[in-house]
Amino acid sequence: MEQKNKYSIIIPTYNERLNIALIVYLIFKHLRGVDFEIIVVDDGSPDGTQEVVKQLQKLYGEDRVLLRPRPKKLGLGTAYIHGLKHASGNFVVIMDADLSHHPKYLLSFIKKQVETGASIVTGTRYVKGGGVHGWNLMRKLTSRGANVLAQTLLWPGVSDLTGSFRLYRKSVLEDVISSCVSKGYVFQMEMIVRASRKGYHIEEVPITFVDRVFGSSKLGGSEIVEYLKGLAYLLVTT
Amino acid sequence: MKHVLKIFSLLLVISALWIGLLQASILPQSHTWLLPIYFIVSLGCYGLLMVGVGLMRFPTCPQEALLLQQDIAEAKGFLKQSGVDVGCK
Repeated sequence: MEQKNKYSIIIPTYNERLNIALIVYLIFKHLRGVDFEIIVVDDGSPDGTQEVVKQLQKLYGEDRVLLRPRPKKLGLGTAYIHGLKHASGNFVVIMDADLSHHPKYLLSFIKKQVETGASIVTGTRYVKGGGVHGWNLMRKLTSRGANVLAQTLLWPGVSDLTGSFRLYRKSVLEDVISSCVSKGYVFQMEMIVRASRKGYHIEEVPITFVDRVFGSSKLGGSEIVEYLKGLAYLLVTT
Repeated sequence: MKHVLKIFSLLLVISALWIGLLQASILPQSHTWLLPIYFIVSLGCYGLLMVGVGLMRFPTCPQEALLLQQDIAEAKGFLKQSGVDVGCK
């Protein structure tokens, strides 16, 4: 059975004028022979990101690189929804623009999905073959602690709950995203947990994550409180 | 079924077992009363163990940072040639 799959890659951006060019180049390099489009959802970046995307459109074609901007920062969840409206593929990939997610893994996502027929393929940093670079001990500790807590409470069925490098069947993404209300990384957790509860077939592939934001200690007390609140919310509502 | 209900039913079953043990007096009463404490403490220890083991075995990938730098250089070279502005940062 010949399956013609088209992949819509949604990349939300804010002030990523250099990274967006690099990531588009790398996607084209690693996805030769694959039918795909890149949808850049830019939230009104003041650094000229959209100008660079227009240059990329000239280079690669407006049918392959789509620019669908928004007037200002409106949040990740709505960026995906916005991108979804313009997606013409039957599969959707979401990834970060800052090169922490490397496009070279896109083929392994696609392969895994074709092999298993899964509805969602999610990248995991926490298994053999995957990994993280650029995290100090404290960061690793909180990540591991958060993960153990979430696994114990939620039984999610995936090893990396907060990862945002994922391939979704388009219809599945539309279904799951409509019931999610959280923000930030709790949103990513909510998506995968809801998908798991709805019984969607989820597979994982190992990915490497190179944290390029040096010295960013996003781990104040408020972050931890937000995370615990998010966990409690997911515990009760999913 | 909502997940939280699953957890509640599990706790209910464990509580029923505990009450059953209390009634049946298979173990000395003093020990049986303390079983929930033992349970919670073991759960806590198990959690800490999982965190510690996971931390030790945390997969890292220093070579990926290098590969990324190479990819970035390659990308910049190509894009500059093709008229895309990569001069910034």
